[in-house]
Amino acid sequence: MAISSPEQRLWWKQPIHGAELAWIIVVFLWGLFMFFFMIAWHFIGNQNLSTETYRVSPDSYVERVEAFADEFQATDASGNLMEEEGVPVVRPPAGGDAYLVARLWEFWPILELKVGESYRFHISSADWQHGFSLQPVNINLSVHPGYEHVLSLTPTETGVYGIVCNEFCGIGHHSMTGRIRVVE
Amino acid sequence: MATIDSGFATPDTSTYRTCGFTGLRVERQAELLIRVNAVAAVLFLAWGGLLGLSVALTRWPAVQLLPAEWFYLALTGHGANVLLFWILFFEMAVLHFASAIILGSRIATPRFAWLGFIMMVAGAVMTNYTVLRGDSSVMFTSYPPMMASQWFYLGLIIFAVGALVNVMVFFGTLVVAKNEGTYNGSVPLVTFGAITAAIIAVFTLASGAIILIPTWLWSLGLITEIDTLMYKVVWWGMGHASQQINVSAHIAIWYAIAAMCVGAKPLSEKVSRGAFLMYILFLQLASAHHLLAEPGLSSSWKIVNTSYMMYLAVMASMIHGFTVPGAIEAAQRRNGYTRGAFEWLRKAPWGHPAFSGMFMSLVMFGFIGGISGVILGTEQLNVLMHNTIYVPGHFHGTVVAGTTLAFMAMTYFVVPLIFQRDIVWPGLAKLQPYLFGLGAAGISVFMMGAGTLGVPRRQWDISLSEAALGYDFPSAAYLMMGLNGLSAILAALGGLLFILIVVASILAGPRLDRPGAKMRFPLHQGGAEAVAATGSEGSPKLPGTIILVTIFFAAFVLYYFINWKYLSELWLFQ
Repeated sequence: MAISSPEQRLWWKQPIHGAELAWIIVVFLWGLFMFFFMIAWHFIGNQNLSTETYRVSPDSYVERVEAFADEFQATDASGNLMEEEGVPVVRPPAGGDAYLVARLWEFWPILELKVGESYRFHISSADWQHGFSLQPVNINLSVHPGYEHVLSLTPTETGVYGIVCNEFCGIGHHSMTGRIRVVE
Repeated sequence: MATIDSGFATPDTSTYRTCGFTGLRVERQAELLIRVNAVAAVLFLAWGGLLGLSVALTRWPAVQLLPAEWFYLALTGHGANVLLFWILFFEMAVLHFASAIILGSRIATPRFAWLGFIMMVAGAVMTNYTVLRGDSSVMFTSYPPMMASQWFYLGLIIFAVGALVNVMVFFGTLVVAKNEGTYNGSVPLVTFGAITAAIIAVFTLASGAIILIPTWLWSLGLITEIDTLMYKVVWWGMGHASQQINVSAHIAIWYAIAAMCVGAKPLSEKVSRGAFLMYILFLQLASAHHLLAEPGLSSSWKIVNTSYMMYLAVMASMIHGFTVPGAIEAAQRRNGYTRGAFEWLRKAPWGHPAFSGMFMSLVMFGFIGGISGVILGTEQLNVLMHNTIYVPGHFHGTVVAGTTLAFMAMTYFVVPLIFQRDIVWPGLAKLQPYLFGLGAAGISVFMMGAGTLGVPRRQWDISLSEAALGYDFPSAAYLMMGLNGLSAILAALGGLLFILIVVASILAGPRLDRPGAKMRFPLHQGGAEAVAATGSEGSPKLPGTIILVTIFFAAFVLYYFINWKYLSELWLFQ
């Protein structure tokens, strides 16, 4: 029994059960397949997380986001600067850089992106760790202070998307949100 | 201190009794240490479980029991008490059981084992005190730059060192047993599994010390900065590997209960031991699973460290997933249940809480915790559910439905054999594993469902009513969180029942240390003779197990590709 010493002293010379061996082979091949499929997705898939990352001081990152928001803040038909709930709506040039800062407790600013265009999307934190969770798409990334993460992001459908923080960041965590608008 | 220093060289002055049920030689100090560790474990389970219930009821949007501040406090306490204190105290009991009791040996340096126990109690109490004081609601992971009170980190460090002392005593006991020749040949498989758990524990506790000591110094103001990414890499060396201690320990318990309930023996020692060995060899950098959505780590680092080229640790679990039911099937067929593919399973002792708890733990660990764990640990798929409530859904499948249920099942043997008291209220005891198992399964599945719909973990209010820019989660998400709350009530009832039964049995159960006493939930009798009597039992037919693992494999493959399909529908990102 499993709670007594093996009956055969030389237990490592005992034969392996046939069904057991077959299962081991199946499981081993499946494990290999899953390993190679992760690599394959880098070639056949369109969803692979970029690893382009820069060290940055939180203060200088916030300055760059603010400069970006000033430069590209959207205007409506009558030429007024657009904002929602006091947060500027920023319209980065298609194919250009789009900046987002996560901080206690908001994602700033609101980005307005064009569907089908790709952007160099920068994200970092100004203070604690945060979690970027784009809904209802369900893209979830960790956001660190001091690390600027850059990915090429292409929205595939128009609409208004929510960003919800999903890394605990203190008592205001459940009020930390943001927004991305995707237009034609 | 000479007696401690010279260890096994001194004459053996320990006192022993012979167990009337198993014939094992039980040493007094080992028995006492198992008792105190088991009692501490159950007390911390009661406290941590209560906190867990309050967390689940708060996350039920229609109830939202606690205010936000209390919620984050309770969640921090829940994680520390159930994931660390309950599980590690019980594991210390398992280590002493698998060494001193199973090998019939005395315990090495009992004084150090007591010291370790006292340190663990002191650390656990200190951490609980700081959490309750309200200045350390940093979650179990305590990611910097969020800072807890210095006593929070110090409590965890003292607890971890105490656990490490006990692990060292365990290794010492193995040496004592070997030198004093208390067993013949190789150690039993269950002890081998416990050795696996202990070796991983050394790595785990060392990782914990490496990251928590500087973090403690940082909270004292002696270090200016803790790098957030470095913290995660090292912290998860403790956080993930500690779950592998649980896996090794509860799989050792599966084998032990299968042996004790139906007389199961491993199909082949080589395969089961090899699978345990793979845990030691291929888990150590598994912290990568938790870092797949982080910036600054290369894809090749992530791919290699989640899988070690071929998912060898997953393979090890899947091997146990075959050999445990296979060993049960083989034993049951020897016991005479040979008709059809499943008579062995239908006529298994389902009214024995140790068996029912163990078998549900096996099934749910595989189907719920195991499959979802591989999906979460796949480089690209992780983006779909990183930090959503899918993650707690997954690990409640492994740690609650898997480990906790297995430990509860084992307790139905620990109470009669170690406390020598019989289980009271047998009707309720039969029901208890089903109640807890059903609740645990519900918690896991509904949290995973809500996570698939984007619900964040560790978040007080998914209606986002305090947020400037709102977002409406789909109504199905609210339904899932409600069902999660209901499941938590079921699990809490099962947990409460467990604690009442255990405490009442220890204090007032019928005494079993008298001649002729019988256990209500007995050990399997005559298994050993049946094994010896069967000549051709080298390769029994196992049709039932083959069907079960085929269903498991089909579910695994299907769910794996469904998630790739979901991924392919996301926005494009490179």
